Amino acid sequence: MAEEVKVFGVWGSPFSRRVEIALKMKGVKYEFIEEDLANKSPLLLKYNPVHKKIPVLLHNGKPICESLVILEYIDETWKGTSIFPQDPYKRAVARFWARFIDDKCLPTLWKTCWSQGEEQEKGKEEACELLKILDNELKDKKFFGGDAIGPVDIVANFIGFWLGIIQEITGVEVLTKEKFPKLCQWIDEFINYSIIKENLPPRDKLKAYFQTRLPNK
Amino acid sequence: MSTTEVKVLGSTGSPFVMRAVIALNIKSVDYELLEQNLVVKSELLLKSNPIYKKIPVLIHADKPICESLVIVQYIDEVWTCGPSILPSDPYDRAIARFWAAYLDDKWFPSVRVIVLTAEGDEVKKETLQQVATGLELLEDAFPKCNKDGNFFGGERIGYLDIALGCFLPCLRVIEKVHNLKLLDEAKTPNLCKWAESFCSDAAVKDVIPETDKLIEFAKVLIAKIKARPSN
Repeated sequence: MAEEVKVFGVWGSPFSRRVEIALKMKGVKYEFIEEDLANKSPLLLKYNPVHKKIPVLLHNGKPICESLVILEYIDETWKGTSIFPQDPYKRAVARFWARFIDDKCLPTLWKTCWSQGEEQEKGKEEACELLKILDNELKDKKFFGGDAIGPVDIVANFIGFWLGIIQEITGVEVLTKEKFPKLCQWIDEFINYSIIKENLPPRDKLKAYFQTRLPNK
Repeated sequence: MSTTEVKVLGSTGSPFVMRAVIALNIKSVDYELLEQNLVVKSELLLKSNPIYKKIPVLIHADKPICESLVIVQYIDEVWTCGPSILPSDPYDRAIARFWAAYLDDKWFPSVRVIVLTAEGDEVKKETLQQVATGLELLEDAFPKCNKDGNFFGGERIGYLDIALGCFLPCLRVIEKVHNLKLLDEAKTPNLCKWAESFCSDAAVKDVIPETDKLIEFAKVLIAKIKARPSN
């Protein structure tokens, strides 16, 4: 039986890009279905009735939701390059940092960039604390995964690409070379890593999109 | 394996600590539970979990593992000689992980709000509805997961049983203090039956806190929160 793999996502979403990177790492062919988040398809609502969000991975008709859950599923289902480390302790560490990025870093960074005044100042302080923690975790490694990208690098993709563009558009400076030289070095390595480079949304298109989100146009 | 090789930094009453302890019990792993003072945190806790400074922390051969669901998966992957906690099929694993994440991210925050609402204070309808909705979803999910067994994990307690079951004492506190019915024979018959099976399981029955003790514990927390200067 031919395998059917579909990804419901959005071109500009870091979350659906995570899923695509993982599938490409495994050499899995898939069909990408672009969703209109303002007008969600009946299929998306059927496959993710609880959260009604992308990404959704559909494998032989069975839906898997939530990008972190999907990454683990992809790693367990298809052979080839391992996404998660083999060693249980290293896996636990990777899972911990993946959740830290999604639970703490991303919401704070996103809120900070789009807020103003005192709220933004407070957000910047919080964001810097969180980035410092990530910076420390990177230590002397090229990637969070070591010499090659691992699950934490994939999950940090927002920081690797989207954050810089948003900072350009909004003028907010949180992640700077002066404050976080190691993280910025990581960003350079990350966006030039072949499988990442080939799977980023077009920079100009993303810039234009974020431009429309600015509060005072 | 010496008893001191596996330690759990925890506190009786914490549902998240219960998860770690149940998982260790399933695997018949000997461990030492180091009761933590959550007001004046120990050096060991601060050193083992510098990011969140929270319990539970599992310390295995001097290596700390934090975050309860990460801990449960770690226990499952290290002690492979005991019964499996996560399902063997990748799709079933994904479903279990999905619901566990849902419980922590979307459902428990509402449960927590109500647990920390003093007796006599108003429980917001929306918050209660969020708790009820979560239970309805899990009620529906049960027959899709249990494969004719008594548990979400099938014939034995598994990952989602642990993820949800640890909150049963909280639900009992809410029901008693606020005179509400959350698990209902009419609305959530599967969960009612499941709760009974879960609480009487060998890995669980000795670690479930008594409802009255938990009510007292919640009262202390509520008083502390009320004593804080408001922002």
